[in-house]
Amino acid sequence: MILLLQYTLIFASVLLLVALGGCFSEHSGVINIGLEGIMVMGALGGALMMKFLPESTPAFGMILLVVLAAILLGMAYSLLLAVAAINFKADQTLVGTAMNLLGTAAATVFVKAMNTAESVDNVSSTIQYINAKKAFLVNIGSFEFNWFMLLAALALVGSYVSLYKTRFGLRLMACGEHPQAADSVGINVYRMRYAGVLISGLLGGLGGIVYITAGVSEWKFENGVAGFGFLALAVMIFGQWKPTRIALAALLFGFCRALGNVYSGFDFLKNLEIPAAMYNMLPYIISLVVLAFTSKKSRAPKAEGVPYDKGQR
Amino acid sequence: MKKEKTSLLRNGAVQTLLGSLLCILLGLLLGYVILMMINPAGANGAILAIVENFMTYSKPASQLRYFGSTLVKTAPLLMCSLSVLFAYKVGLFNIGAAGQYVVGTGAALYCALGLKLPWFLCLIAAVLAGAALGAVSGVLKSYCNVNEVISCIMLNWISLYSVNMLLTKVKEETSPYTYTLSSTNEGALLPSLGLGGLFNKNQYVGLAIPLAIVTAVLVWVLLEKTKLGYELKATGCNKYAAKYCGMRERKNLILTMAIAGGLAGMGAAMLFLSGFEQWQCTQSAVPAMGFNGIAAAFLGGLNPIGAIFSSYFIQHITNGGAYVDKTMYSSQISDVISALIIYLCAFVLFFKIALNRWLDRRDEKRQAAAGKGGDGK
Repeated sequence: MILLLQYTLIFASVLLLVALGGCFSEHSGVINIGLEGIMVMGALGGALMMKFLPESTPAFGMILLVVLAAILLGMAYSLLLAVAAINFKADQTLVGTAMNLLGTAAATVFVKAMNTAESVDNVSSTIQYINAKKAFLVNIGSFEFNWFMLLAALALVGSYVSLYKTRFGLRLMACGEHPQAADSVGINVYRMRYAGVLISGLLGGLGGIVYITAGVSEWKFENGVAGFGFLALAVMIFGQWKPTRIALAALLFGFCRALGNVYSGFDFLKNLEIPAAMYNMLPYIISLVVLAFTSKKSRAPKAEGVPYDKGQR
Repeated sequence: MKKEKTSLLRNGAVQTLLGSLLCILLGLLLGYVILMMINPAGANGAILAIVENFMTYSKPASQLRYFGSTLVKTAPLLMCSLSVLFAYKVGLFNIGAAGQYVVGTGAALYCALGLKLPWFLCLIAAVLAGAALGAVSGVLKSYCNVNEVISCIMLNWISLYSVNMLLTKVKEETSPYTYTLSSTNEGALLPSLGLGGLFNKNQYVGLAIPLAIVTAVLVWVLLEKTKLGYELKATGCNKYAAKYCGMRERKNLILTMAIAGGLAGMGAAMLFLSGFEQWQCTQSAVPAMGFNGIAAAFLGGLNPIGAIFSSYFIQHITNGGAYVDKTMYSSQISDVISALIIYLCAFVLFFKIALNRWLDRRDEKRQAAAGKGGDGK
C-alpha cells in the first residue's frame, strides 16, 4: 500500500512538473509537442551530473547541482522550439515531433559514445547513479520520501502565483489568447513567447530527471522516457490548462501508472488478471473520453499554435 | 537568358526541391559535426558509411541483397509518409500514423498467426484496422471538436498497449517476439513476384515495393485529378466555406483520416507480412516508422511522387547507420541525422518566403536600374 502511494506521488510529481511546463508554453501561444524530447535532455543533464560528481558531495549540493544541470539542458534544448516557432514561424507540431526524435537519438548516441570511450566493449546506453541517487531519498518508516516531490509541490504553487497573481503571468496568458491585442498595449509578444517556451524547457527538464530517478538506479537512454511527455500533455489538457486542476489530473494519472507497476502486490487486483498494459493504457483512454465530452467548449488558449505576425490584420 | 533563370527560381517545385536538398545537406553536415565532436579520427569514414549504405560491400551480389533490404523497409515508410501528407493536404496533421501503423501490424499479424488467413486477407485487415483508427480521430475532430494531434497522440499509446496485449497471444514461449510467418503460416507471406531473384535471392523483396509505388501514384491522382480530392482539399482550406458550397465537411474530415489511417495500416502489413521482422510484444515505445513518415512527407515537399524519393533517402541513411564503426559510434547517429532533417524541414516555408522576397528585391533593383538608364538618355 505504501509502495503504491510512493509510486503515485513520484509519478504524479513527474507529470505535474512537465504538464505545468506545457501549460506555460501553451498559455504563451506555442504548442509544445516536444516535451518528451525536452525530458530526455533534462534527464541526460541530471544523470551526467550525478555520474561525475564525487561521491563525497554533500546531499544538498548534489541535489542543487543535479537540478541545475537538468534545468539548463532542458532550457537550452527548448530554444530549438522557440527559435523555429517564434522567429521562423515554423509548423509547431512538426518541430515538436522532430525534437522528440532528436532528443532520444542524440542522448543515445552521446551516452553510447561516452561508454565506448571508457571501455571499448561497453556498447550500452546506460548511465548508473546508484550512490548519487541516495541524496534525493529520505526514508520515513518504509515510505521513501523523494525531495523531488517537494519540488513539484513548490512548482505548483509557483506556477499558480506567477500565472494568476503577477503582471508577468497575466501578460503571458494575454499573448496566448490574443497576441495582437497584447501587442497593442505594449507587450512584447515575441519576448513573452520565448519566456513561455523557456519555462516549459525548465520544468520539462526537471521532470525528466525526476522520471529517470523515480524507480531504478540506472537508466537506458535508448528507451527515452516511454511516453511520459505525451502523458503530461494529456494531463495538461485534462486539467484544462489550469495549474490546480493539472495537479489533480497528475495525481489521477500517476495513480493509474503506479497501479500498473505494483498491482501484483494486491491480491484482489492480481486475481482479476488484467495485464499491466491495461493500467498503462487507462490514463490515455480517460483523457480521450473526457476530451470528447469537453472539447466543444474548450478552455485552450485561443491563439495557440498560430505564429504571431506583427503585420497581420 | 537571365530572365529565364529568374523564372526557374520562382517555380514552386524548384523551390521545394532546393529547400529539401538544402535540408539534406545541412542535416548531413550537422551529423558530420557531431561525429567530429565524438571522435574526429573516424568521422570521415562514418559519414561515408551512412551515405553509402549497402555500397560499402565490395561484391555486387551482396550490394544487391542489401539494396533489397533497404527497399523492403522503404515500402512501409513510403506508406506512412503518404498517410501523413494526404492528411496534411486536407489540413490535418496526422501524427497518428504511428498508431495506425501499430494497429495495422496487430491486425495483419493476428490474422496471419492467430487466424491463419492468407496474405491478401491479412493485408485488407491491416488496412481496415488502420482506417478505423484514423476514422476515430476524424469523428472526434468533426463531432466533438477534439484537436486531431491530441487525439492521435492518445490513440498512438492506446494502440501500442492493446496490440502488445493482442499479439502476446501469438508470441513465442521463450522470447518476447511473435512467431515467424515462415514457420507458422507460409500462405500469409506476401508473394515475391519473382522480384526476390533480382536482388540476389533476397526472399523479403516482393509485392510490397511495387504496391507502395502504385499507391503513391494513386494518392497523387486522387488528390490532384479527382472531384473527391478537390473537395477534400477545399474542406482543409476552409471548412465553413466548403460547407457553404454544399460539401459535407464532416464526412470529408472523417474520410480523410480513414484514408490516411488505411495507408499507414497497409504500410505495416507490407513490412510484417514480408517476414522481415517480428513484433516485440514488450515494446515500450511507439515504433518510429510513423514519425519518420512525417520526415519523409515533409522532405518530399508534401508531394506523393517526391515522397517516393525522400522515403528512400531516409531509409537509405537509416540503414547506413548500421555500417558505422561500432568501436567509436553507434548506429543511432542516422536517427539523429534524420531528426535533424525533419527539424530543418520546418524552416522550408521560411526559406521559400525569404527566397521570393530576395527575388522581388532583385527584380525591383534591376527595373529601377533599367529605368534610370532610360531616363539618362
